[in-house]
Amino acid sequence: MSEAPTIDNQEAEQVHAVAIRFAGDSGDGMQLAGARFTDASAIFGNDLSTLANFPAEIRAPAGTLPGVSSFQVHIADRDILTPGDQPDVLVAMNPAALKANIADLAPAGIIIVNTDAFDERNLTRAGYATSPIEDGSLDAYRVLKVPMEDLTKRALEGSGVKGRDALRSKNFFAVGLMTWMFQRPLEPTLEWIASKFAKEPDIKAANELAFRAGFNLGETTEMFRHTYRVEPARLPAGTYTNVTGNQALAWGIMAAGQAARLPVFYASYPITPASDILHELARHRNFGVRTFQAEDEIAAAGAALGASFAGHLGVTGTSGPGLALKSETISLALMTELPLLIIDVQRGGPSTGLPTKTEQADLLMAMYGRHGESPLPIVAISTPADAFEAVIEAARIAIKYMTPVILLSDGYIGTSTEPWRLPDLAALPDISVPFAIAPNGPEATFLPYLRDAKTQARPWAVPGTPGLEHRLGGLEKDGTGNVSYAPDNHERMTLLREGKVKGIAADIPDVLVDADEGAEVLVLGWGSSYGAILAGVRRVRAAGKKVARIHLRHLNPFPANLGAVLAGYRRILVPELNRGQLVRMVRSEFLVDAISYPKVQGQPFKAAEIEAKLLEII
Amino acid sequence: MTTEARYTRADFQTDQEVRWCPGCGDYTILASVQNFMADLGVDREKIVFVSGIGCAARFPYYMNTYGLHAIHGRAPAIASGLAVARPELSVWVVSGDGDSMSIGGNHLIHALRRNINLKILVFNNQIYGLTKGQYSPTSEMGKRTKSSPAGSIDFPFNPVSLALGAEATFVARTIDMDRTHTTEILKQAYQHRGSAFVEIYQNCNVFNDKAFAALTGKDERDQNRINLVHGEKVLFGPDRERGVIIDGGTARIVDVADAGIDAIHTHDATAPSAGPAYALSRLSHGPFGPTPVGVFRAVDRPVYEETLQQQIHDAQAKRGPGDLAELIASAGTWTVPDHDERELPAHS
Ligand SMILES: Cc1ncc(C[n+]2csc(CCOP(=O)(O)OP(=O)(O)O)c2C)c(N)n1
Ligand code: SF4
Ligand SMILES: [Mg+2]
Repeated sequence: MSEAPTIDNQEAEQVHAVAIRFAGDSGDGMQLAGARFTDASAIFGNDLSTLANFPAEIRAPAGTLPGVSSFQVHIADRDILTPGDQPDVLVAMNPAALKANIADLAPAGIIIVNTDAFDERNLTRAGYATSPIEDGSLDAYRVLKVPMEDLTKRALEGSGVKGRDALRSKNFFAVGLMTWMFQRPLEPTLEWIASKFAKEPDIKAANELAFRAGFNLGETTEMFRHTYRVEPARLPAGTYTNVTGNQALAWGIMAAGQAARLPVFYASYPITPASDILHELARHRNFGVRTFQAEDEIAAAGAALGASFAGHLGVTGTSGPGLALKSETISLALMTELPLLIIDVQRGGPSTGLPTKTEQADLLMAMYGRHGESPLPIVAISTPADAFEAVIEAARIAIKYMTPVILLSDGYIGTSTEPWRLPDLAALPDISVPFAIAPNGPEATFLPYLRDAKTQARPWAVPGTPGLEHRLGGLEKDGTGNVSYAPDNHERMTLLREGKVKGIAADIPDVLVDADEGAEVLVLGWGSSYGAILAGVRRVRAAGKKVARIHLRHLNPFPANLGAVLAGYRRILVPELNRGQLVRMVRSEFLVDAISYPKVQGQPFKAAEIEAKLLEII
Repeated sequence: MTTEARYTRADFQTDQEVRWCPGCGDYTILASVQNFMADLGVDREKIVFVSGIGCAARFPYYMNTYGLHAIHGRAPAIASGLAVARPELSVWVVSGDGDSMSIGGNHLIHALRRNINLKILVFNNQIYGLTKGQYSPTSEMGKRTKSSPAGSIDFPFNPVSLALGAEATFVARTIDMDRTHTTEILKQAYQHRGSAFVEIYQNCNVFNDKAFAALTGKDERDQNRINLVHGEKVLFGPDRERGVIIDGGTARIVDVADAGIDAIHTHDATAPSAGPAYALSRLSHGPFGPTPVGVFRAVDRPVYEETLQQQIHDAQAKRGPGDLAELIASAGTWTVPDHDERELPAHS
C-alpha cells in the first residue's frame, strides 16, 4: 500500500467518505482525470465507486452544455455501494460544466473552478448572462477559484510544450490539485504518466509538470490549507484492483474459457457501451483468444454460433440495438441447441436512444424478443466486479444445457469501477462438459438430439470427430434429429425445449433474503441497481425500519424458492431503470401484487430515491 | 488432390429423402459434389457444409458430412466463425441467389474480402424457388413473376462482377448440367487458399425453366459458351472462330478472322489486377448470349484465419501463453491486510 504524503502544516479534516465530480468539456480530458484520481485512491486503499457520464457525440461544440463530460468518484474508508447521490466536490473546467452539474452538488459543497474558462464567449455558450463566479449566485457554496490554464502554461514554460498544446495538460493540473486536497499518493499518477507516455517524452514531461504544479499550488496556497483525509477502507483482507464492468466481463470470458477448457471466440460489432469488451479481448491473442470484428451484429452472432458448433466457447457482445439484430440467430442457437453466450450491455432506448447512458429496458426483449416459443436462460450482472463471476455462471449454463444464454449488463456497470478482490483462479469451478466422441444410437449411429436424462441437454459433437457426422438445422426435428413437421411432435419438442430451460432452476442457488425479522416490505432488484438498493435499505434500517431485500442473478428461470419467498411479504417493491419489466414477470409468474418503481432518465438510481420510496410504503 | 479410393459416392449420401422437385438442377449438383468429395478423399468428418435457407440450402441434409442448415442469408457469417475457429476443417457454403445476394449480400461480400477459407457455392436459378417463384436479385429486368406481374423493375446483379468487386480471390462460374466442368471447378476451388466464390447456373424447372438454355440448349450452347482457360486465348464458337479482345478495359466479341489471332485476349486468372476478369464478367449480364464460364480469377492473398493464427503464435512467442492471474493484477493492485473484527463505521 502506498503512503499518503505526510503533511504537517495544515488542518487535515478526517472524513469517512467524499464524492468528487470532475466536469469539463468533452475535450478537456475529464474521464482521464477522474480515472487517475480513482486509481490513486484505489491504490491508497479506499473503497470506491465511480460513475462516468459522457456525451454521445465525440466532440459536441466546445463550451456548450451538450459537450459536458463528467466523472464522479466516491471514495470512503468503509464499504460503499454507489458513486454517491450528490457530489461533495465539483471540479468545473468551464461555465457549461458548472451549469450542467451545479444542481447535483451537495448543499454547501465545494466548487473548484477553472477561472480562465469563464470568459464572455464561454459564458454565453453556457447560457450565463453574468458570470456565476462573480455575481454571487454561488454564495451557498465554497468556491475556490483557480486560473488553471494560466498556471498550467506557466508550469510548462521552458518544457518545449507551448500554447494550445500546453493547455491539454490542464486536466493533470486539476488531478494534482485534488491529489493535494485529498492527500492522495503522487506515485500512482506519476507512474501512470511515465508508462503511458513513455514514447512521447514531451507529453510525459508536460503532464508531469502540470500534475506537480497542481499539487504544489495546493501545498503553497492559503486557500487550500484545509485538506481532507479519507483513511483506507477496512475491506475484507485480500489483494484488490480497480475494475470497470467491461474489463471484469472480458476477463471473466477468458476465465470461463479456462474453466470450460474451451478456446474463446468473441465476435462483435462495435457499439457503445459494449465495445470495450472487444477492445480488451483483442489485446490478448497470446491467451489464444480469437476476436472477430464482424460486419454487423447478425454476423457477429452467426460467427460466434459457428465457433460454438466448432467446439469453441462462442460469445457475442452488444447493446440493445444489436441484440435486436441478433434475435433470429439466437433462435437458431436455441433450435440447434448449441451453446451461445450473448452479452447485452444495455443503454437507453429505443432506437439509438441515449447511447452513452444506462438503462435496464432490454429485459423483456431478452425474455420474449424472439419469434416462436423460444425460452432461454437469462443471467444479470449486479456490479462491475460481479461481471467476472456472472459471465462464468452464464457460460456454465450455456454449455451444460446446450442453450443460448443472455447475460445482461448495462452502461453503468460497463463503464463504472469498483475495487475487486482478486479471485483465486485455481479455485475456479470446473464447468467443462465433455464432447461426444462415440456413437449413441443403434448400429453405431449418432443421434444428435438424444438427451441427457438429467439435464435434457443433447450431446455436443464437434466437426472433426469421426463417425459422428450429423446435420443440425433450424427446421423442427423429432427426437432423433430428423426433420419432422408432425403436429404432436412439434408440441412435444416445444415442451422439451421449454422444460430444459425450466429445469435449470434446480441447478441454481435459491435466492438469499437479506431480511430484518418481522419485515413486511421486500425490495426486489436485479442488475446494476444493486448498490443503490442496498444503500437505500441500509438507510431505512438506520432509521429504525424493517425491510427485506432480494437481488436476482437469475432472471430466467427464477430461483426455485422465489415464489415462496415473495408470498411471505405484504408489499414488494421492484425498482428498475425501465417502465416496469421484472415487475411484470413476477406478477405474471407468481400472481403477486408487486409495486413498480420505474426510472428512465439514463442515470442510475440514487440511494436516497430508494430510501424515500421505501419509507413511503413501509 | 489425393485419390485414395477410400470413399465412394454412397459414403456421402444420407438416409434423408431428397426433396427437390423432380428434374431440378440441384440433383445434378448434389451428384457432382458427392462424387467430387469421394474422389477428393478428405476425411469425411473434416468436411462441414453450411447453408442458409432456400431450395439450394437443403443441401447439407443430403451430404453425409457435418452440416448446419442455418437461417436465411447468414451461412457465410456462421461458416466464417467455424472456419476461423477450426482452420483445419474444410468448410463449404451452399446458397441460392436470393440467400447469398439479397438477404445475405452483406455477409457474402465481407467473407470474400476477408479471404476466409470458405468454398461458397451459389446455386443461381435467377428466382426464389422455395417461396414459389418471386423474382430474385439475379432475375432479368422485365421478368414476370408472382411479385412482378408487370415485369421486374429491379436491375439485377451480375454475381461474378459482384464477387470481383468484393475483392474475392477466387471467382468461377459453372453450369449444373456440365458435371465434368463443375467437378473441375470444385477441384480448383478446393485447392485455392482462401475464399472461393463459385456461381453455378442451376435450372429451376418449376419456376424458371430453361433460364440457361442459351448455354445448355443443344442448338445454342456452342454459339454462346465461352470457356475460360487460364493461359489460353479466349476463343469460342463451333469452330472457335470468335474471340474476345479487351480494349480500354472493356471486353468485346470479335471475329478472329477480322481481328487477327494476336489481338485475342489470353486469359490470365492470376493477373494482379482484377480488371481483365471484371471485363470478361461484363460480356453478358445474364446467360442470354455469349457468356464466359470457368475460373475468372484465382490469386493469392493472405488467408484470414492463417493470419489470425500467426498473430496468436507471434503473441505467444513474445509474451508467453498468457497467465490470467498476472493479467487481472496488471492494472495495479493493493493489499488489504487481515484486521481485527472491529465493527465498520456506520453506513450512509
Ligand atoms: C428471414 C427470412 N425471410 C424470408 C424467408 C423466406 N425465404 C425462404 S427461401 C427464400 C428465397 C430463396 O431463394 P434463393 O436463395 O434464390 O434459393 P432457391 O430456393 O431459389 O434455391 C425466402 C425469401 C426466410 N426463410 N427467412
Ligand atoms: S422450386 Fe425450383 S429450385 Fe426449388 S426444388 Fe423445385 S425445381 Fe428446384
Ligand atoms: Mg434462387
